[in-house]
Amino acid sequence: MPRTAIIPIGPYHPLQEEPEFFKLHVEGETVVGLDIELGYNHRGIEKLSESKTFEQTVFLVERICGICSTSHPIACVQAIEDAGNIAVPERALYIRSLIGELERLHSHLLWLGLAGHFLGFNTVWMWVWRYREDLLDIMELLTGNRNHYAMMKPGGVRRDIRREDIPAVRKMLDGLKGPLALFRDAVAEDPVIHARLKDVGVLTRQEVIDYCALGPTARASGVAIDVRRDHPHAAYGLVEWDVCVEHNGDVFDKAVVRIREMFESVRIVAQCLDRLEVVGGPIDSNPKEIPPGEGIGHYEAPRGEVFHYVRSDGGNRPARHKVRAPSYMNVPTDRAAVLGGSVSDATIVLAAVDPCYCCTERMAALDASTGRRLMGAKELLRLSWEKTERLKRELGAEGPKLDLARTE
Amino acid sequence: MSFAVRALTRSLNVFHLGGSACNNCDIEILDALTPRYDVERFGLTLVGSVRHADLILLSGVFNTKAAIRARRIYEQAPKPVVVVAIGACACTGDIFRKSYNWDGPVDRYIPVDAYVAGCPPKPEAMLEAVVTLVKKLRGA
Repeated sequence: MPRTAIIPIGPYHPLQEEPEFFKLHVEGETVVGLDIELGYNHRGIEKLSESKTFEQTVFLVERICGICSTSHPIACVQAIEDAGNIAVPERALYIRSLIGELERLHSHLLWLGLAGHFLGFNTVWMWVWRYREDLLDIMELLTGNRNHYAMMKPGGVRRDIRREDIPAVRKMLDGLKGPLALFRDAVAEDPVIHARLKDVGVLTRQEVIDYCALGPTARASGVAIDVRRDHPHAAYGLVEWDVCVEHNGDVFDKAVVRIREMFESVRIVAQCLDRLEVVGGPIDSNPKEIPPGEGIGHYEAPRGEVFHYVRSDGGNRPARHKVRAPSYMNVPTDRAAVLGGSVSDATIVLAAVDPCYCCTERMAALDASTGRRLMGAKELLRLSWEKTERLKRELGAEGPKLDLARTE
Repeated sequence: MSFAVRALTRSLNVFHLGGSACNNCDIEILDALTPRYDVERFGLTLVGSVRHADLILLSGVFNTKAAIRARRIYEQAPKPVVVVAIGACACTGDIFRKSYNWDGPVDRYIPVDAYVAGCPPKPEAMLEAVVTLVKKLRGA
């Protein structure tokens, strides 16, 4: 019987931004088991929320996750509005969608850069993040902060988009189209990326349905779910856009879905800007109190559907606040995707769902078999890089060409 | 200036220790490496192991489970080592102060040399903290 070795990844590991603990059980090069141990990030947010007023709750849920820091607030204020039957002015709806889509752009760019890093293409990482900076500048211009925008409040938004800021946003969007096309072509045409990502970490359509996966993870496997279309909220029912679906379910398709979604986001932002120039009026309906009742709110975060439930007992605080983040459903699919694959693919497969543990912390998925031999934790990234190097030699290709002349 | 301080303050190896953070400070730390800020031109580089660290960046609140590990990681660092708390959470606990799972201020179990406020602080602010610390260590 082959010996099973365990590769521990984490809880503090250079691969990860956040503390989480993976145990990869391997036989030779093949991954045969995966344990996920969490709990390093649990901050008791649902309980904390009961001690905050409805307005403060929005700031709290914003700090659930720094990358989806507008998705949680939008879902939360929609839940509060649902509980209190509060109407939202039209202009506020457009501002919500605008900020939400800018956030999706920066989140997908962030993922693309990190995926490049995991594959050993640090050039991709550096260039993608360089263009992401332009987005963060626009966020700072519109909201006052590079991250954590504090734009949402029950009944509307906190700040208006000033008319004189709109040209700067348009300019940034136009500047972003070139690099986006560049990244799309780099992923679509490069033989090394094809060899690394095609048929790697495949999630079938049935597995996605069984695990209830969400967002780009589901859409890459041919499951066309998108809360923005299925339960229109904010301004998504008022603008034109498409749901991006691919069918193979491998890491390559997950990348393609995200890149296509960025183009859709650019489209949505441009339409929101057009409408903001026309639609005037208040940005806030200033609700005074939330009557007893309960409400739900959805938002399609960059990783999938965010769901918030709020119950009010007539006071100024939520009596119960429940949050479900998309990674909660997506992370368990790692088990289906990573098993049977090779160790050198594990990094990119684990990263493919764009996991976000700060949102998720409440889960323990365990399937332990035994084995005692421990390997060094840094090995994994090195293995992934070596595989890319080997493929580059075999294919005689250099990796993604960033032809920067084309971004002009 | 002693040999240890001179060696410590030349080219800093940075280890990033994220607690139960919301990720934003962590992303901003990585952001400082990318072309806009490019701290590597000053000789700062991120390292994967705390055993190579001259500088530890703490981010986020540390909950009861993460705090024990964080302390253990700090103990593995070669001394002297400089510790900077990045962001409001690591400095004070921020909005999570009342949480049942908050393990108290991080400087209770890890000696912190500098605090960078902000939610999240901008990469410039982190750089300034490091520059100020290095200057102070060198006695300039």
